[in-house]
Amino acid sequence: MVVTREAMLEPWEQPAFWRRLTIWDALWTLLAAVGAIYAGWFYRAEMDGYEIAILFGGALALIVWGLYWKPARLFTLAVALLALLALWRYGTDYESRKSVFLLKYFLESQAAFMWMSALYVLATVVYFAALFSRSEFVGQTATALTWSATVLGMTGLLTRWRESYLLGADIGHIPVSNLYEVFILFALITALLYLFYEDRHRTRAMGGFALLAISGAVAFLLWYTFDREAHHIQPLIPALQSYWMKIHVPANFIGYGAFALAAMLGVAYLLRQRAETRHPDGLLAVVLPPLELLDDVMYKAIALGFAAFTIATILGALWAAEAWGGYWSWDPKETWALIVWLNYAAWLHLRLTKGWRGAPMAWWAVIGLFVTLFAFLGVNMFLSGLHSYGTL
Amino acid sequence: MSDTITARKPSQRRTLGWVLLEFLGSMNLAITLLVVVAIASIIGTVLQQNQPYPDYALKFGPFWFEAFDRLGLYDVYGAVWFIAILGFLVLSTSVCLYRQVPGMAREMVRFRTQVRLESLRGFHQRAEWWLPERAPPGVLAEVTGAFRARGYRWRIQDHGDHQVAAAMKGRYQRLGYLFTHAAVVVIGIGGLLDGNLWLKLKEWRGEIVVETRDLAARDVPPVSRLVPGAIPSFRGNIMLPEGSAASFVFLRLRDGFLVQELPFAIELKDFQVEYHATGQPKSFVSQVRIHDREHLGDQPLDATIRVNHPLIYRDYAIYQSDFGDGGSKLELRLWPLTGGRLEPVDIKGEVGGALKVAGPAGPLGLELTEFRLFNLLPEPGARPGDRKFRNFGPSVGFKARDAAGEAREYLNYMAPVQLEGRWFFVSGVRARSGAEFVYLHIPVDANNSPERFLRFNARLRDEEGLRALLARAPIPTENPDFQRDLNQVRLNLVELFIQGGFAAVTERARAVVPPDRLQEATKLYLEILRDTLAEVFIEVLRAEGVNLEQGVGEREDAFFNDALSALATLPVYGSLFYLQLTGFQQVEASGLQVTHSGAVGVVYAGFAFLIIGVFLLFYTSHRRLWAWIAAEEGGSRLVLAGAGNRRQAEFAREFAVLEASLARRLGASEPRADN
Repeated sequence: MVVTREAMLEPWEQPAFWRRLTIWDALWTLLAAVGAIYAGWFYRAEMDGYEIAILFGGALALIVWGLYWKPARLFTLAVALLALLALWRYGTDYESRKSVFLLKYFLESQAAFMWMSALYVLATVVYFAALFSRSEFVGQTATALTWSATVLGMTGLLTRWRESYLLGADIGHIPVSNLYEVFILFALITALLYLFYEDRHRTRAMGGFALLAISGAVAFLLWYTFDREAHHIQPLIPALQSYWMKIHVPANFIGYGAFALAAMLGVAYLLRQRAETRHPDGLLAVVLPPLELLDDVMYKAIALGFAAFTIATILGALWAAEAWGGYWSWDPKETWALIVWLNYAAWLHLRLTKGWRGAPMAWWAVIGLFVTLFAFLGVNMFLSGLHSYGTL
Repeated sequence: MSDTITARKPSQRRTLGWVLLEFLGSMNLAITLLVVVAIASIIGTVLQQNQPYPDYALKFGPFWFEAFDRLGLYDVYGAVWFIAILGFLVLSTSVCLYRQVPGMAREMVRFRTQVRLESLRGFHQRAEWWLPERAPPGVLAEVTGAFRARGYRWRIQDHGDHQVAAAMKGRYQRLGYLFTHAAVVVIGIGGLLDGNLWLKLKEWRGEIVVETRDLAARDVPPVSRLVPGAIPSFRGNIMLPEGSAASFVFLRLRDGFLVQELPFAIELKDFQVEYHATGQPKSFVSQVRIHDREHLGDQPLDATIRVNHPLIYRDYAIYQSDFGDGGSKLELRLWPLTGGRLEPVDIKGEVGGALKVAGPAGPLGLELTEFRLFNLLPEPGARPGDRKFRNFGPSVGFKARDAAGEAREYLNYMAPVQLEGRWFFVSGVRARSGAEFVYLHIPVDANNSPERFLRFNARLRDEEGLRALLARAPIPTENPDFQRDLNQVRLNLVELFIQGGFAAVTERARAVVPPDRLQEATKLYLEILRDTLAEVFIEVLRAEGVNLEQGVGEREDAFFNDALSALATLPVYGSLFYLQLTGFQQVEASGLQVTHSGAVGVVYAGFAFLIIGVFLLFYTSHRRLWAWIAAEEGGSRLVLAGAGNRRQAEFAREFAVLEASLARRLGASEPRADN
């Protein structure tokens, strides 16, 4: 065969990492770095060394995230612009949320969460519509809805962070301090994890299932807001006044989000398998995501969740050593975290060393969610202990 | 590719040691132990741990209390069997490591150049070329060039009729296994060393005995005391009143405690609690001074301890963990509620102390249990969602124990509380701890005191005085006999009312009046009662010197109604006296936790291993590539194959890129038979 001159000249060497970066990558890095430096300088009086370290660590993580997954950049930019807009419209008066149109109906944290809730539920329906209609356009709409919901939810969280400071300098804190706030975080992280896998695997077939978990969280959130009025910003109890909260809680929720996603994919797996054996020519057996894909993403989600959960539990232990006098007290929350950890460790062992696949692992992922849910909610509801911050 | 290396010569002799090792290192044992640990842990979270033993006895009854105690369920995580299982897990994981590490090490360094063509052709990722115009050395150079470009290391072996270039990348993935499993062992050992293993050992050897009596620290015998350094790790607590110092902490163990002595003394200079406007505590701050002649000389160390900001002194960490009363000095006034004379007694006491007072039915023991300066409670009548709080001011909690040893618990607020626009002294009582309080609302008189109500109450219990009063203010009637009967009825009604409230009056009516006239008679009874009570009340007002020429004013009228409600509550309140808090001098106490952790560094090293291990394990992949090259009909045959032990999809992509870049150099590969 004829070898072209170009092919002959093609270098074997893959270009170095930095050579593969485009001008956009550089801009992204620069923007994130400048943003972090500006924020650090602007709020330097409010932060101690640990918090500055967390700020720059967070900025670094954001940069890497954006380099690794391009859509993260647009997401970050949109959230940043909306949040800055909200901050600007707020000024220094918490009561602006009732008078300024843009805040009252759109960007004030409560309004943003309502938009988020509505859009997530809508996205769930549209994802399923896309699944059954097999229309590309409907699928794109679902993705757009999910992105919009996530942008608004994240904006709402950032705005809420600011709002807590507007209520009083000694009340202000990152909004991951109670059950209400972490449920929003849970929805956002689960959505982002799902969107990542949707993008990487180029399929929207899993969307309805992932969004179903998020819609469940939204339903809880709405009940919690309207029945229990849990949405009010509360000051922090002394035990939570620590920089550790900024890293321990988000790390935990990456774990919870990933486990929830894995469980929903487990449900999809079991449905598809059932459809394939019972009605191989039926609609379900065709439109549901293929088994290999589900199996693969389920494993990836659990591996990611396990890694994040490991880090979160270790961070929790380090925090406990500073707040409670020991890195491990066999407090119910700690003990259940250990049970969750052991559960997924066993799942991964059996998959990686014994090669288990298929329905048993899917069932296990679904049951694992209930174990996780108990550690997350049940412990607060039924058991007492040091860690009972979020009661119903 | 499997992670486990199971190759073992079948001829190997099965010695006892080998069987034991096989058993200990087996995944089945590990999983069984993990399940047991998980179940035991769940028991420990469902059954509240380390509660006072009498609580358990009450909850489970004598048989199950004893059974659960034998099983160690009240301190699952310190039970011998639980520690033993954890020990077994550590051992099992160590054996697993011991058996797997040599194989893993071989996997990391060996290139596996001994590979057969058929097995390469069985790989999922493979490509094959027949290159008529190329000699094997040139092809080999192209292939190794491609390997180098992708960062692979390789070895070439000449097998005579063919050559094999075996390459690999990401071999450190194998360390993930080592790090994660070593982390379990390291954290397990560290945790066991930091647990109460040493205490158990000393107890088992009879060197220490848990003290179960209620003794002051200085009275605890040496056999229940631990000198500094006696055990490498402990977590102890001490409640320090302001202005006091201690050089020991209490270690709670099962139903008793030990005294752990410290090589320094902690003095509490000051303790402060701040509150948010919503009623939640904002901060707990202890100002302490460390006295340590040996290390600090005459210069004591001043420090501030807050939640989340412990003081690390030498190898000891001192935490803010609790707060309470350090013996506040209280001034109290004891008003009798029974009997016809109102003679209050002023007494003084200290929180934590006990007083003896003379009660109408023998001496009463008063145990002052708590004093609170602030009581931020939800606004009465507010919905749970409203989150409105009000400061109800100082309160005293105490127990009154009668001669029979029966105790009632009280909670009395010092300042009057405004409810529905009127002011009351509020006192709660309950017959046993944990029950709901029954509240008595005493209306406040013009002197901001409960005295008027109490005087009114006393008048109603003074039968002689009551008789005289009724004689002076009769209900007008013609018949003197009827007059006498009527006065007796009035006395009986008052008696019924103070014994059992309005309910007792209607009860009596039901008992003596035929049903057809019941409604009418009850109404009449209540009217007579009310008139009589009003008569007594006016007498009380008159004695107080209230000007009644304009009649009873609106305020007095409201007072009268509230007084009737309070009187009606008294039978349920069931107390012999009302204790009024009249003055206090607060002494706060800070609960400090002192820990010494000998193995914290070991555990933290384990944490680092775990994180490194998990990421190596899941996010790197040990990949191998093989190129099998042989001369064939004047040209060459190249078989390229590869496998990775993680991230299969990524490896498939990487292999496809490699194949494509080789194809650009060598020409397209042969189509695969299977796809």
